[in-house]
Amino acid sequence: MKISPAHIIRLYDRFEFLDKEGSGQLRLEDFAEVKELAMNPIGDRIIGAFFSPGQETVDFPSFVRILAHFRPTDKNRAKDSTQPEPVNSRTSKLKFAFQLYDQDRDGKISRAELLQVLREMLGMQVTEEQLESIADRAIQEADLDRDDAISFEEFRKSLEKVNIEHKMSIRFLR
Amino acid sequence: HFRLAAFCALLLLLFFCTGGKCEIQSSNPASPSANPPVVKPFDHEPQPFPEEEKANLPVFTMDYPRIQVPFEFTLWVLLASFAKIGFHVSHKITIWIPESCLLISIGLIVGAIMHSVKEEPPAVLSSNVFFLYMLPPIVLENGYFMPTRPFFENIGTVVWYAVVGTLWNSIGIGLSLFAICQIEAFGVQDINLQENLLFASIISAVDPVAALNVFEDIGVNEQLYIVIFGEGLFNDAVTVVLYNMFSFVADMPVVESTDVFLGVARFFVVGIGGVLFGFLFGFVAAFTTRFTYNVRQIEPLFVFMYSYLAYLVAELFAISSIMAIVMCAITMKYYVEENVSQRSCTTIRHVVKMLATISETLIFFFLGVVTITTEHEWNWAYILFTLLFAFVWRGLGILVLTQIVNPFRTIQFNYKDQFGLAYGGLRGAICFALVFTLPDNINRKNLFVTASVAIIIFTVFIQGISIRPILEYINIRRTNKDLNTINVEVHSRLMEHVVCGIEDLCGQWSHYYWKDKFKKFNDRVLRRILIRDSRAESSIVALYKKLELQNAMELLDTPMGDISAAPSIVSLHDEKLAASRPKKKFLAADVKKMHDILSKNMYQIRQKTIAFTSKHNLPNNSQAQEILIRRHQSIRRSIRPGSFRDPVVHKSQKYYSLQPGGNLESAFTLRRRSHGDGKVANRDSPRSSSRSLVPLSRLGTLRESDPRQQPGAPGVDTVDERGLGSLKGSSLRGRKAPLPAPRKPARPPPLPPPRGWVPDNQDSQEEGTGRPLIRHSSQGSRGSWRP
Repeated sequence: MKISPAHIIRLYDRFEFLDKEGSGQLRLEDFAEVKELAMNPIGDRIIGAFFSPGQETVDFPSFVRILAHFRPTDKNRAKDSTQPEPVNSRTSKLKFAFQLYDQDRDGKISRAELLQVLREMLGMQVTEEQLESIADRAIQEADLDRDDAISFEEFRKSLEKVNIEHKMSIRFLR
Repeated sequence: HFRLAAFCALLLLLFFCTGGKCEIQSSNPASPSANPPVVKPFDHEPQPFPEEEKANLPVFTMDYPRIQVPFEFTLWVLLASFAKIGFHVSHKITIWIPESCLLISIGLIVGAIMHSVKEEPPAVLSSNVFFLYMLPPIVLENGYFMPTRPFFENIGTVVWYAVVGTLWNSIGIGLSLFAICQIEAFGVQDINLQENLLFASIISAVDPVAALNVFEDIGVNEQLYIVIFGEGLFNDAVTVVLYNMFSFVADMPVVESTDVFLGVARFFVVGIGGVLFGFLFGFVAAFTTRFTYNVRQIEPLFVFMYSYLAYLVAELFAISSIMAIVMCAITMKYYVEENVSQRSCTTIRHVVKMLATISETLIFFFLGVVTITTEHEWNWAYILFTLLFAFVWRGLGILVLTQIVNPFRTIQFNYKDQFGLAYGGLRGAICFALVFTLPDNINRKNLFVTASVAIIIFTVFIQGISIRPILEYINIRRTNKDLNTINVEVHSRLMEHVVCGIEDLCGQWSHYYWKDKFKKFNDRVLRRILIRDSRAESSIVALYKKLELQNAMELLDTPMGDISAAPSIVSLHDEKLAASRPKKKFLAADVKKMHDILSKNMYQIRQKTIAFTSKHNLPNNSQAQEILIRRHQSIRRSIRPGSFRDPVVHKSQKYYSLQPGGNLESAFTLRRRSHGDGKVANRDSPRSSSRSLVPLSRLGTLRESDPRQQPGAPGVDTVDERGLGSLKGSSLRGRKAPLPAPRKPARPPPLPPPRGWVPDNQDSQEEGTGRPLIRHSSQGSRGSWRP
């Protein structure tokens, strides 16, 4: 299942619009120009997700690849373990979200990383102690192997009741 | 506590009622007589005896007629305002009963009192007073606080619903009522088609205020909100136009086809003319404010005068004054808010809100009063059928119109949305005012008045009160919050933010071809003309100070939840200790508290933060401010490589402000020079400080992704610690500056340095007006993001 050509054209239009310098690649500044992202508490992380480690620019295929994560899931897909996981499957979406937490890419969400995210998402009235309690509690709930961090499997398990396909999909990318 | 307050409020109300009544009573006998108790200087009648009448100096006199009009006005306004205070005593009341209901009720009571003492209420809802004095503030407020970006994105839909919808409603209701009139049993045969159409156009005017309040609280999506909002606004304009047209036609004995054609032409003239007038006045106003930097005190005046002028001139030419003032406000706001001072901006917003609130309060209040005191003619059949048809035609209209317009929309309206749209179509003040201006030669005028009042009261009370439970019912939340784990709550919100961010990135497929074109035009032409450029005081430093002060004051004002939250200042060293401490046991009460904290403090995604258009609140910017300040902090931190080596954070500085003599500009220029980044165009302009924000993060990117240590880094580092360390933004709670895990220089950066500070969307290359902070947070203007 591919993105329809019409969508690709629109995405390309948007890509061109964002690419102020016309260089065919998007840089950090281009992303930051999007005002609404600046207002997003985790805007930086979202932007960061587009850049592969060590890269400074995003070309169009990478741009689309990341956005493809947000296509609505095809519910009728047969679970075929020989085929690679499509990029908009539940697992892939979860992985995307996981990587937003796990900035150092070590496969685990450490307590510090979780705290960092909490700080970004919560208002300034929340005290440090409260934040730490929340982080501790979150890790307690999810951490099954007692390593004081949340691995991807633990992350996935903690969200098993949540309708990820619905939450992490954008309608008009169908 | 609550009962006592309510009782006191009621007492005050009654007191004012009687007080008002007494004044009015005393005015009546007083006014006929030329001069009341003042002692006559001399007698007019010839005296039989030349008596010496000794005129004593009056020690205490009363001259009521002199002050009568302003006095009564003030009393009425006060009375209505006290009523408002009374309602908000208990939050519970205002949740379930919309304010308009309460105001009408109080008005009904006062009207009953006045009627029983045979007093006439002031003729407030007569044509001129209403249309010239009471309506403009309301419409101005609607226009001024209109969120422009969603509005223009949905403008097609809005115009579609407003124009076509109103036409559909008017003609539908008119024709149906005419059909009813043919039935002899109802006794309304003398109402001809034109009069029916006229009446139908009057009652098509929708005023969705109550619905909007409910939508805000429930949190409908932005699109629906803006469509209802816009529809309510333009609907008024269309209704007035239709009314004028139909009343003209109603006079004519015969309607020919040329008249219909002329009618349509006139419609376009009126609508488009209004818009053009609005633009014209808006631009002139913006241009004027370019020169007002020396007369800051009267800056707000221009906004009001120009918009009122737009309204009046449009009325002069009998084109749509509502459209004119709305367009004027929309145009003006964008440029004016950049030109005027911060205080003027706040003043403008506050006064606009205040005038609108007073106006609306008075209107609903007098609705109640006048209901009792006018003559009514009740006709069961006509009125009931009117109610029925109004309801049915609106529902049908929304259904059909949505079916037609949905394919053109990116975010389509489902049945729930449509229901909300249809059911939220309450009738309000415009309907009432228009019906009073019906010419008296319509012999069934009283019937129309009664029918309008009936509809208004029915929709406001019944629909207004029931819309909340119904909407909540059909929007049942699936998961009970307490069953969620902390994990789920946090992660879900994170995902919502992500999706929001991606949607914003994709631009939501908005018609950005036109938007882009307009933006270019705006940047090259309009901004140059209309915005004053060189203003020394708007440098980044001053802005930052303002922002910090504001944030500091707001934090002082907000009640502190937990007193034990005296800022615990922890450094990196302590965090290591914390990691090794034993795991805490969490009680159920603790967990519940955490859920509370999360639900109260987690940032909402943009779709929920529509409180800016609430009729009763000023825009609330604190969320945006906090986010921006936080990002600025993280920029600072990520740019200072030394911060990772040096665990000692400036603990003592809870309250950061620019150190005396510390100058952001010098710090920036130092840095820029030391890196000598050639990629960024160093334009010479007075605003180089703001421009330096561009190189700031760009340098950061270079530095951090580059495993080699930059030669200038240590030098810059010291500059940072001195000059910028004080400017760590307001982490006013002394929360420890969050430090990422210590990293080796060779690894890629955990976070790309955030770039939130690029001077707003339009042009980091060109104008760079240097007020990104103000624009983002304090003013939060230009619609796209106004929390």
